[in-house]
Amino acid sequence: MSAALLAPDSEEEVARAVAAAAAAGEPLAIEGNGTKRALLRPVQAARTLSTRNLRGITLYRPQELVLSARAGTPLPEIEAALAEKGQHLIAEPPDTRALFGAELPATLGGVVAANLSGPRRIAWGAMRDHVLGVRFVNGAGEVIRSGGRVLKNVTGLDLCKLLTGSYGTLGVLTEITLKVLPAPESTGSLALRVADLAAGVRALSAGLGSPFGPTGAALLPQGAPAFGLEGPTAVLRIEDFAEPVAYRLGRLRDLLAPLGAPRLLDAESSRALWRMVREAGLLGATAAEAVWRVSVPPTAGPAVADALRAAFAARLLLDWGGGLVWVAGPATEAAHAAVMAAARAGGGTWTLFRAPEPLRAAVEVLPPEPPPLAAIAARVKAALDPKGVLNPGRMRAGA
Amino acid sequence: MIALPPPKPEVLARREAIVAALRAIVPGEGVISAPVELKPYETDGLTAYRQPPLAVVLPTSTGQVAAVMRYCHANGIRVVPRGAGTSLSGGALPLADAVVIGLMRMNRILEVDYDNRLAVVEAGVTNLGITAAVAERGFFYAPDPSSQLACMIGGNVMMNSGGAHCLKYGVTANNLLGVKFVTVEGEVVEIGGRHLDAAGYDWLGLITGSEGQLGIVTEVTVRILPSPEGARAMLAAFRSIEVAGAAVAAIIGSGIIPVALEFMDRPCIHACEAFAHAGYPLDAEAMLIIEVEGSEAEQDMLLGRIRAICGRFDPISLRVARTAEESAAIWKGRKGAFGAVGRISPDYLCMDGTIPTSELPRVLGRIGEMSRAYGLQVANVFHAGDGNLHPLILFDANDPESTRKAEAFGADILRLCVEVGGCLTGEHGVGVEKRDLMGVQFLPHELAQQRRIKGAFDPDWLLNPSKVFPLEGEGAAPAPAARAA
Ligand SMILES: Cc1cc2nc3c(=O)[nH]c(=O)nc-3n(C[C@H](O)[C@H](O)[C@H](O)COP(=O)(O)OP(=O)(O)OC[C@H]3O[C@@H](n4cnc5c(N)ncnc54)[C@H](O)[C@@H]3O)c2cc1C
Ligand SMILES: Cc1cc2nc3c(=O)[nH]c(=O)nc-3n(C[C@H](O)[C@H](O)[C@H](O)COP(=O)(O)OP(=O)(O)OC[C@H]3O[C@@H](n4cnc5c(N)ncnc54)[C@H](O)[C@@H]3O)c2cc1C
Repeated sequence: MSAALLAPDSEEEVARAVAAAAAAGEPLAIEGNGTKRALLRPVQAARTLSTRNLRGITLYRPQELVLSARAGTPLPEIEAALAEKGQHLIAEPPDTRALFGAELPATLGGVVAANLSGPRRIAWGAMRDHVLGVRFVNGAGEVIRSGGRVLKNVTGLDLCKLLTGSYGTLGVLTEITLKVLPAPESTGSLALRVADLAAGVRALSAGLGSPFGPTGAALLPQGAPAFGLEGPTAVLRIEDFAEPVAYRLGRLRDLLAPLGAPRLLDAESSRALWRMVREAGLLGATAAEAVWRVSVPPTAGPAVADALRAAFAARLLLDWGGGLVWVAGPATEAAHAAVMAAARAGGGTWTLFRAPEPLRAAVEVLPPEPPPLAAIAARVKAALDPKGVLNPGRMRAGA
Repeated sequence: MIALPPPKPEVLARREAIVAALRAIVPGEGVISAPVELKPYETDGLTAYRQPPLAVVLPTSTGQVAAVMRYCHANGIRVVPRGAGTSLSGGALPLADAVVIGLMRMNRILEVDYDNRLAVVEAGVTNLGITAAVAERGFFYAPDPSSQLACMIGGNVMMNSGGAHCLKYGVTANNLLGVKFVTVEGEVVEIGGRHLDAAGYDWLGLITGSEGQLGIVTEVTVRILPSPEGARAMLAAFRSIEVAGAAVAAIIGSGIIPVALEFMDRPCIHACEAFAHAGYPLDAEAMLIIEVEGSEAEQDMLLGRIRAICGRFDPISLRVARTAEESAAIWKGRKGAFGAVGRISPDYLCMDGTIPTSELPRVLGRIGEMSRAYGLQVANVFHAGDGNLHPLILFDANDPESTRKAEAFGADILRLCVEVGGCLTGEHGVGVEKRDLMGVQFLPHELAQQRRIKGAFDPDWLLNPSKVFPLEGEGAAPAPAARAA
């Protein structure tokens, strides 16, 4: 492995390595700490280029709400620096060590390349919404910048968004600038036992359609026994200064009164519960199983869940007001087909998030694009990676 | 003035046939070709540039847009998409050999879905029209450019427009779920949808802010949000720009994110006060308008904290609104700022760079020096929370020397923005106005990379050519001669 693993510690070396690979026509697998190697399709490449040695925060201006760091910086290092100034990462990306059984923490580059966002997505936007600037090495080995270090910027095409969520197939991220925000002074949640998932989504919609600004809206089909929550439970979270948190939880409780009497979770148990939602820990997925992510309009979430439970022994977790359905189940093509069908019927999209290699290699891990878009995608890939050396086959077979 | 590419003679020569073909696609009043009727389309919000197009076509459906694109693509005809034409960077400026596709007749709200908190609207619906359609149920569409009465959602998507409240709610890109998109070949594709975070590449993110370079948007699915319980503003005036800047940093540093945080310098305060009589302090060097949201109690708490913070910076005056009316009075001058400046000068150029907020004192100091050197006055409005700076350069468009100086002054300001770590444009776009300054912010191979991506969508460079990307340089647009139809 070591001979096949390149882990340069400067951007120039990354550029040289990619340029050499392009010249030789030898593809590279791109990774950070490799915690998500089990994500999407296995890459066909003899050598791996890791950005794990590109480390360190290069700029942090709390009063301007911006932070820049090299792509290999471990997420916990960034979170600690922010916490010291009372700030946090807006998109609440999951720490997936438990889920993936990984020892190393995710890197900033990996989280951005996977556009991973947690529960706060519903209120404050996705990872991609907060990537203000990137530096990356394209497939020809050129260093390219897009965006910058200011909050508002429409100069030229927005390659930050294109690179975010491109899973290392369009460029190797070397440095990323994020918008960050003050961490809330306080938090609290309301947990409401509901009759079924449809009733749960109605409760979440009532909260999300109110002026009280929930920053988390999840539906736990099996509850969360560790928190004394049994049976299907809808949970709404408020984060802000202490007084408004107390006030808004009270108003939400009044709003939900016709649907039942919610339980109040204090700041501490609220934080613990949302950590489990964020890490999809409540799914309890084993290594032999597959994990899918289905994104649909929130009101379609319950029908997706029903269809999947009818098709196989699906374990579910609904976030984002019901619109994000995490699914764990057997890593079979039949289960995969059921997920695709349910997502399509719900008017949304799906990702085979994690699975043992045989399934990932055998099926599509992302929905196919309509032909006109697939043609554009192939040309965009060629525009950034003309020799096709970056992560071939990661997102789609042959691309 | 900025150069436009030579028209394709073979297209100009076929004008009548092209107009007839467009009429076959969009019947009735939908095709405009008489010179006098083309007049309203010859410019946009950057009125210094004027060029009548070959023809204007005003489709009423996505099917018609697709048919027009198929025809233009097959015949090598350039296309300039247009919404309301309020672009301040010349993004919607026609070319002599181009067909303008105006989306203004596609102005229906197709669906409002409160349970999923979204609205599906055609590209020609105005920004304010969306909020108006959902206000009765207590919802609103968040990005609120000052031009919101006129500008259209399709134009907002293509410029990634912002507004006074984007510090909290984000810009257009952060409030979209999907678009219906017509490719240069005339194919119709759905990008995104009614759900968050489509799988695969973030096409929606790439298209947003692409200034009509990649395709035509005919429908947009936007997120709508419940309106806050209430909002109130306060005014704080200071003795120097440095002190006001320090107050802004202290507010953000305290963990408060106001929904709006606007800065005005002395010339701007004076112009606005003369116009709106809002009671602005005329002895101040800098003034902030700060708005917060929430329940009455939350507003009181936040305004109290901000007031206390501002109090540490020796303010000349602090005025906290107690009612919505008092709040409106504070906003009145700021909202009329451009109009107010328009009254003290025959013409003004509205610049739009972004800087790191900590650089504000240095940047305004340098702008003051430039103002003296050019002999032109300047008034500055600044979205202080996000660093977006709008210097308004006063000049006289009837005097060519004054015009030339104003453009040079503007370019110097934008160079300065890049030099201090900012960018050429925060929300108005590159268009033709800043096209030739792109080399200040990007290296040649970076521009070539962007051009290749543009080319992946539009291989023949038919879509809104001569905007955004400098005409010369590595990977420049294919020359018209090489692309004769
Ligand atoms: C419920 C759930 C399930 C999850 N399941 C998995 C799972 O099964 N497997 C898993 O690995 N993760 C999983 N994740 C989490 C996610 O994968 C990680 O948080 C994060 O992306 C890992 O960082 P890394 O540095 O280890 O990335 P890596 O695993 O090294 O890389 C992740 C992706 O980003 C690309 N990449 C990495 N660095 C760069 C760079 N500098 N430039 C360009 N591209 C880059 C890689 O090519 C790869 O496509 C899951 C998250 C959740 C919430
Ligand atoms: C007084 C005034 C105040 C302003 N205030 C603000 C402000 O506060 N914030 C801000 O961000 N901007 C502001 N602007 C700028 C302008 O209003 C915005 O850029 C707006 O989004 C443009 O919308 P439009 O419908 O007028 O688009 P147009 O000007 O018609 O077009 C803008 C660009 O988008 C393209 N385009 C338009 N529609 C489509 C479509 N459907 N498909 C593909 N391409 C299309 C055009 O080719 C052009 O490149 C202001 C302008 C004025 C005149």
